[in-house]
Amino acid sequence: MVWCAFMFHLVDISKCDLHKLEEGPPLQAVLTREEGLQYYRTMQVMRRMELKADQLYKQKIIRGFCHLYDGQEACAVGIESGINRTDHLITAYRAHGYTLTRGGTVREIMAELTGRRGGIAKGKGGSMHMYAKHFYGGNGIVGAQVPLGAGVALACKYQGKNELCVCLYGDGAANQGQIFETYNMAALWKLPCIFICENNKYGMGTSVERAAASTDYYKRGDFIPGLRVDGMDILCVREATKFAAEHCRSGKGPILMELQTYRYHGHSMSDPGISYRTREEIQEVRSKSDPISLLKDRMISNNMASVEELKEIDVEVRKEIEDAAQFATTDPEPPLEDLCNHIFSNEPPMEVRGTNPWAKLKSIS
Amino acid sequence: RVTGLGLGPSSGNLVVVVVQLELVTVRDALNQAMDEELERDERVFLLGEEVAQYDGAYKVSRGLWKKYGDKRIIDTPISEMGFAGIAVGAAMAGLRPICEFMTFNFSMQAIDQVINSAAKTYYMSAGLQPVPIVFRGPNGASAGVAAQHSQCFAAWYSHCPGLKVLSPWSAEDAKGLLKSAIRDDNPVVVLENELMYGVAFELSDEAQSKDFVIPIGKAKIERPGNHVTLVAHSRMVGFCLDAAAVLAKEGVECEVINLRTIRPLDTDTIEASIMKTNHLISVEGGWPQFGVGAEICARIMEGPAFNYLDAPAIRVTGVDIPMPYAKILEDNSVPQIKDIIFSVKKTLNM
Repeated sequence: MVWCAFMFHLVDISKCDLHKLEEGPPLQAVLTREEGLQYYRTMQVMRRMELKADQLYKQKIIRGFCHLYDGQEACAVGIESGINRTDHLITAYRAHGYTLTRGGTVREIMAELTGRRGGIAKGKGGSMHMYAKHFYGGNGIVGAQVPLGAGVALACKYQGKNELCVCLYGDGAANQGQIFETYNMAALWKLPCIFICENNKYGMGTSVERAAASTDYYKRGDFIPGLRVDGMDILCVREATKFAAEHCRSGKGPILMELQTYRYHGHSMSDPGISYRTREEIQEVRSKSDPISLLKDRMISNNMASVEELKEIDVEVRKEIEDAAQFATTDPEPPLEDLCNHIFSNEPPMEVRGTNPWAKLKSIS
Repeated sequence: RVTGLGLGPSSGNLVVVVVQLELVTVRDALNQAMDEELERDERVFLLGEEVAQYDGAYKVSRGLWKKYGDKRIIDTPISEMGFAGIAVGAAMAGLRPICEFMTFNFSMQAIDQVINSAAKTYYMSAGLQPVPIVFRGPNGASAGVAAQHSQCFAAWYSHCPGLKVLSPWSAEDAKGLLKSAIRDDNPVVVLENELMYGVAFELSDEAQSKDFVIPIGKAKIERPGNHVTLVAHSRMVGFCLDAAAVLAKEGVECEVINLRTIRPLDTDTIEASIMKTNHLISVEGGWPQFGVGAEICARIMEGPAFNYLDAPAIRVTGVDIPMPYAKILEDNSVPQIKDIIFSVKKTLNM
């Protein structure tokens, strides 16, 4: 078979539920072979990276909090494909996937998890505090990232560069008061902000039914138009994001997207994830709605790629992850001299008190 | 304007030096600082409740909205946590916000954004993400506003690495420190004082310049003396100077240090003073437990000045109670000049 570089298909995607919108994203998406392969590869990298993190955590090489994203890949990859690299994005603590899509390498993400000097934050931040250009983390306090995201959007509008901010939060965070304060100000000031609720059905161990009087998260913005999107279908996510981005860029103000998705792991590595949901439920999602499988099946059934070709990508990805893990486990830890650095920006060197009065430590910007 | 005469260099000629001093209230000094910095850098903007069309709850931002408009002076809804977070996000994305809390009591609603989103981010990101933001507003006791509106937050904010905390007293302090804060690339908390807003001070030529800044982290000796060191911040500096004037009549010369910055604390200036006077009293409006004075005393214990103390270092503080309303009770809840005088005499064994 000869693959044409410009091969594309018009693919049917599911309709989004709409709130205060006359029309929604298109019901068909154009998928080129090149795009399909790229999405597949990125999602696979993301999947394997998270599974490797699971392994390293169980070996106690990664410590503390580790919130894994496997199952939700279509959200991060779909969103990134719907915005520009010059747009901005902020999310909560389940952030490894977004660090990747926003320009972080697997090596520096994994080395940050293992707390090494080659980590994206030099080992100072850890799982929940990774940053990249136009990516504001990685935020540990549930809901706090939402006003921050609206602030980034305010800066976008203020600076007149036609950029927008994608501001993510979960179904658990959706009940935070500061999010409603943010909805109000974003709408009042018409900030170019796409609020995205990643609804993976559980806030830690609490199902959405037990946490929310209304589980229609896409309607919670009230006066902010909203759409509910199939978060397991990367093309749905992409088209919805493009639609939302167009809404913001045309000066209409904020918009809200609810992505219905699922996480295979528990809330974090200390949560087995089966006390509040059944193994059957997890298995059902894996077999029927896995985002990577969905894309793979779509590409194969449309003759856009062969099984062997995708297997080759899998092999390459495995190697990439192994190399990154090798780096992450052998790179040295940060030097002790770095302990007190990076307190202040653009500041002359200063002294920091250590654990006792005679310990005078050096701090540089 | 006050015009003064002075003698020039001793070359034999009489040189008339005209010194122009301007009487400026603390309120106007803060207003000037913001006006000048707004003009100087278009990334600077002000947000908070009533800062724009109302001219500021305490009129500190009077005239700024008229001059700079909706884009730069933003009235917010009553949503401290939300708008403080928005301000921090804007700072992360390249702007230089001034976030006003109508009083710092309301900052408690937003304190997570100040500490976890602003103060810690440069460190957590290992230098990738600076947060050039100013949080400002009135702090501490006012008059008759009772317990929920009278707390001093100097100790709470100064506890945290990653923040700078300023506490101006005079108009010169207010102007120079606020300008420094706005120009600083880091999160700075500026604790103003509502009772000081209307107080006028002489502002020198130098302080009237558009580039006048006061370095952060440096205390000022407002009054030199040899017998006892009084260290204070904000309104209490004035009380110490008043106490010093009374004590001077009895032959006791107090050295009054105006901290200006609470974090980082200028320990060097305090130590040098103690090495001269051998006695230390810190004076603050806030509560005693874990307060500014407690930190000063701990540092003096641990440093070289300890050996120069002829008496234990002590603290004069607000009374350890929620602020009452009735005037007689309120007056007795914060240090009075007589309390400072009493403490000096006790320390000096008079």
